[in-house]
Amino acid sequence: MSVDLEIIGIVVLWTFLFGYILIASIDFGAGFFNAYGLFTNRQHILTKIIQRYLSPVWEVTNVFLVFFFVGVVGFFPSTAFYYGTTLLVPVSIAILLLAIRGSYYAFETYGSRSHKGYAFMYGLSGLLLPAALSIVLTISEGGFVFMQNGNPVLDYWALFSSPLTWSIVVLSVSAVLYISAVFLTWYANKANDKPATALLRRYALIWALPTIITAGGIIYELRFHNPEHYERLLGLGWMFLISGVLFVGTVWLVWRRKNYGVAFVLLFGQFAFAFYGYGISHYPYLLYPHLTLYDSFTNEAMAIALIIAFIAGLALLIPSLYLILRLFLFNKEYVSGKSKQEH
Amino acid sequence: MINEEAVYYSRILTEVTLSFHIIYATIGVGVPLLIMIAHWVGIRKNDNHYILLARRWTRGYVITVAVGVVTGTTIGLQLSLLWPNFMELAGNIIALPMFMETFAFFFEAIFLGIYLYTWDRFENQYKHLLLLIPVAIGASFSAVFITIVNSFMNAPQGFDLVNGEIVNANPILAMFNPAMPTKVSHVVGTAYMTSAFVLASIAAFRLIKGSNHIYHKKALLLTMKVGFVFTVTILITGDLSGKYLAEYQPEKLAAAEWHFETTESAELILLGVMNDEGEVKYALRIPYALSILAHGSPTAEVIGLDQFAEDEIPPLSIHYLFNIMVGVGMLMITISILFIFSKYRGWSFVDTKLFRWLIVLGGPLTIIAIEAGWWLAEVGRQPWVLRGIMRTAEGATTNNDVDLMLILFCGLYVILGIGSIVILTRMFRKNPVERELAERKGDVPS
Ligand code: HDD
Ligand code: HEM
Ligand code: HEM
Repeated sequence: MSVDLEIIGIVVLWTFLFGYILIASIDFGAGFFNAYGLFTNRQHILTKIIQRYLSPVWEVTNVFLVFFFVGVVGFFPSTAFYYGTTLLVPVSIAILLLAIRGSYYAFETYGSRSHKGYAFMYGLSGLLLPAALSIVLTISEGGFVFMQNGNPVLDYWALFSSPLTWSIVVLSVSAVLYISAVFLTWYANKANDKPATALLRRYALIWALPTIITAGGIIYELRFHNPEHYERLLGLGWMFLISGVLFVGTVWLVWRRKNYGVAFVLLFGQFAFAFYGYGISHYPYLLYPHLTLYDSFTNEAMAIALIIAFIAGLALLIPSLYLILRLFLFNKEYVSGKSKQEH
Repeated sequence: MINEEAVYYSRILTEVTLSFHIIYATIGVGVPLLIMIAHWVGIRKNDNHYILLARRWTRGYVITVAVGVVTGTTIGLQLSLLWPNFMELAGNIIALPMFMETFAFFFEAIFLGIYLYTWDRFENQYKHLLLLIPVAIGASFSAVFITIVNSFMNAPQGFDLVNGEIVNANPILAMFNPAMPTKVSHVVGTAYMTSAFVLASIAAFRLIKGSNHIYHKKALLLTMKVGFVFTVTILITGDLSGKYLAEYQPEKLAAAEWHFETTESAELILLGVMNDEGEVKYALRIPYALSILAHGSPTAEVIGLDQFAEDEIPPLSIHYLFNIMVGVGMLMITISILFIFSKYRGWSFVDTKLFRWLIVLGGPLTIIAIEAGWWLAEVGRQPWVLRGIMRTAEGATTNNDVDLMLILFCGLYVILGIGSIVILTRMFRKNPVERELAERKGDVPS
């Protein structure tokens, strides 16, 4: 065995984070489009399609996040010390938003008639959340955390005055809207809902541009903020190139109103290449320059136990996830609203 | 370096979050089992009332799950945010059950989603019922795994500490620590018991408020029966918990029982208050009872607080918490046994308003017992966060903004608490049983 346990651990976690980002983006974006539709009187076009998608999956989305942060502390306990101490405020704000979002979603769907205020909160929190969560990635680039009496402290002024912070915020928001719009275009098209497809397709095209521009901008800014990381990014240039080509493919298909399914698959590939490219180039640091994979790693016995638990868990989950996808996402009758649903 | 203020506020915030989460979590663990029982009885007896019972409980359950999930996510992150030093150490040894908890919950969430949206999809009702099994298993295992983490904090094992570094870590041994069997069985049992009495409380309330429908009567009898069964189990596991404490955490037991001097044939102090001089007044003293609780023999020696250093004795106020918990247990077993026995015998005093009010009270009381039990267990572990290894103050964050976060989260819990109550009452008030039964044309002669 030549692969380090550290690497297995981080790949598993990074994959779950990727899963969370994709699923949550769809969810956040859908909430935003829903609210936006409500306030521009286009609600009748979108609400049905969005609710149909969101209803059965919101808890599952949340679990991906929980899985990620529980796993990080399991595989890399020292992250609790560095990130836990410094991130109190930003992560608490993110929790607050998540809590309001999750609960009001359930309250509204299962509890009562829809209320404009809820929908608004739901939509707004969907934009603020990626912004709040993306701060974690920004901090990991280093330069914002310094040590005081042996304890890490976050320098808020440096953080909020850095252009890197704000580009990552903008990227996270526009990527959320872009991913969500492309997915929902496909979903609406499957449901044979022509007006919704047309509207969502427009949103997809609108948000494509800011996404790619900020992504490029961030690479450029890293050159000054963290030259070491920048060098490693350049070394993986081919991954970002593939990602760019896939992006063009998605936009082209959506533009030509063709094969929305394929368009979404290309988008998946685009983000996968960019996300893993970014992750690999971050290696070996978890927090520049304080913490690497290797000095934060748990003991071998725990690592092996976690990996075994993970494999056993997947064996249980994959069939169940397949079941829920078959019943809801890919069930023609359910998607188009023909099948009787009740709760 | 310890930041006293951060320690203080981290403790309060942890207490508040866990005390809030535990209400929803307990209901989340217990109610799926009750839904399953009702659904099963309904199918077997071909009685629509039970089916509707399962349906309506499920609807309410979804709301409590939602709050359970968001507060659970909160506490999961707060453990790292507020106790980074503790998590850095504990993560090395006890991360495994925490990791498995997410799988258990994942499993539950998926099948709950499916169960909810497939009420009328199956020809064969048993197939639909089958979907509930993973929900109930997932929920219960969430509780099992997270309670294992907590039992490890009480009786840490499975590693050696050399110069503050962890060596020879054995995650499996850490999971199967001495506190685990009693803690897990007591916690899971109390969750079933509490859920049963909370649902009984609702049924009794509807009956008092004038609905004389057989539906509520069936619900009441069913929940009282389930509640009775689990109360018996928790009396047993509670007794075993006492024996566990006597052996592994004698300072907690001694503080809870106000047992100051190590003696044989120890008496049990019930109720009572302690004045400023540390004298116990108005207490009931039962000879030999503490020796029996601790070791199962009337003459056994029970270790008292005199054996411990001043700064390692937990707060003596946990005595009151212990009394509340045990008192509620005794009360609920009496109420439920009286109710079931009288139904069997056809005695009607259990149908009086007074008795029904008692049952209504049982719901909130068992929740209070859950809170009291957890506060007893957690405060009784002080000053340790990991007993004998790490003090609570050493585990806390050094961040200066905890006070601000405390205010924010209190606001959140107020909103969530009020929101969930409003939604639940509105949901059932707008859709009374009588109307729903009529709509389903499922009313059997009553
Ligand atoms: C409905 C709630 C409820 C009721 C009626 C009881 N308990 Fe309990 N008890 C709990 C709910 C609870 C709990 C919330 O589940 C605790 C808190 C932590 C734990 O392990 O379980 C607990 C803890 C707990 C502990 C401390 C365990 C530890 O710290 O490791 C003891 C000794 C007992 N119980 C004993 C009893 C006895 C002798 C009871 C007899 C009637 C009893 N409990 C009724
Ligand atoms: C013994 C006390 C506890 C019990 C019985 C318990 C049980 C539960 C249950 C049943 C749920 C699912 C929500 C529901 O079905 O209603 C839940 C959610 C959750 N709990 Fe707790 N919990 C306890 C304490 C804790 C603690 C201390 C933590 C922190 C480590 C925690 C972390 C979580 C998380 C993260 C979730 C959300 C699940 C998710 O999104 O995956 N719980 N808990
Ligand atoms: C859900 C039921 C629980 C409740 C209501 C609860 C309540 C409490 C309370 C009241 C304290 C404070 C004691 C004091 O400061 O005097 C405390 C401490 C603590 N508990 Fe628990 N607890 C629960 C379960 C758990 C579990 C399952 C874990 C671990 C996974 C846990 C982790 C902690 C930690 C880290 C502390 C340290 C803070 C402190 O000691 O003040 N708790 N808990």
